[in-house]
Amino acid sequence: MRTVVFLGILVIAGTAGDLALARAMKRVGQVQLSPSSLLRGIADSLRQGWMWIGLALHAAAFASFMLLLSWADVSVVVPASALSYVTGVAGAKLFLRERIDGNRWAGVLLIAMGVALVLAG
Amino acid sequence: MLTPSLTTRTLGLTALAVLLNGVGNVLLKLGMQRVGEIRAFSPVALAAAAWQASTTGMVWLGVGVLALFFLCYLVLLSWADYSYIQPASAGGYAIVPLFGWLLAGEQVGALRWSGVVLISLGVVLVGRTCVRTSEGG
Repeated sequence: MRTVVFLGILVIAGTAGDLALARAMKRVGQVQLSPSSLLRGIADSLRQGWMWIGLALHAAAFASFMLLLSWADVSVVVPASALSYVTGVAGAKLFLRERIDGNRWAGVLLIAMGVALVLAG
Repeated sequence: MLTPSLTTRTLGLTALAVLLNGVGNVLLKLGMQRVGEIRAFSPVALAAAAWQASTTGMVWLGVGVLALFFLCYLVLLSWADYSYIQPASAGGYAIVPLFGWLLAGEQVGALRWSGVVLISLGVVLVGRTCVRTSEGG
């Protein structure tokens, strides 16, 4: 039971953390691959509240992962890894207002199944 | 528009990010193997392990490469949809068994091969969609 709870935290905090980082970087705007643009991009991103929320959620996901590993095998994260592709796209649609067309949904479902097979195989 | 196209730049930087993530994790793992298995979880024992990790060059190399990965990831998120980058970076899961088989002669079972095929198909499907569909936050 606690395994399911911590897997849930891992998926939800991991996905939410990524979505928060994505929102922060959308607000920063396109960062170019030049030293000055990169430095300005990093400075701007650190001024975004969503950046810190994203980092905190990732820390929570990492802590949950470490706790899981203290009693379970690494392979328990297989369903979590696969599921996070689906929660990621759903979150991107709801929270980031990204348009997910049929091709993208189909691709993500194939990838989720494929990742589960590769990690379990 | 800038050249090369946003799609080309996004796919190129995604490939670099996947590579950096993989290399960084391997370096970190090699570093932690030098530190040795952590068996005790008291605060004192964890602090001792953290101290030992912080004096291992390979750990710092791994952390440095992972920091570069994170920088690439943030730049990517400023360019493209999260729902584009996240599935596209799953290509890494397909490449690892493929390279293991090609370069190291590793045995890859039917289950993993079918996973590689599904991931590749999925990445191609996602890759054909529009890179960026939302503006601002």
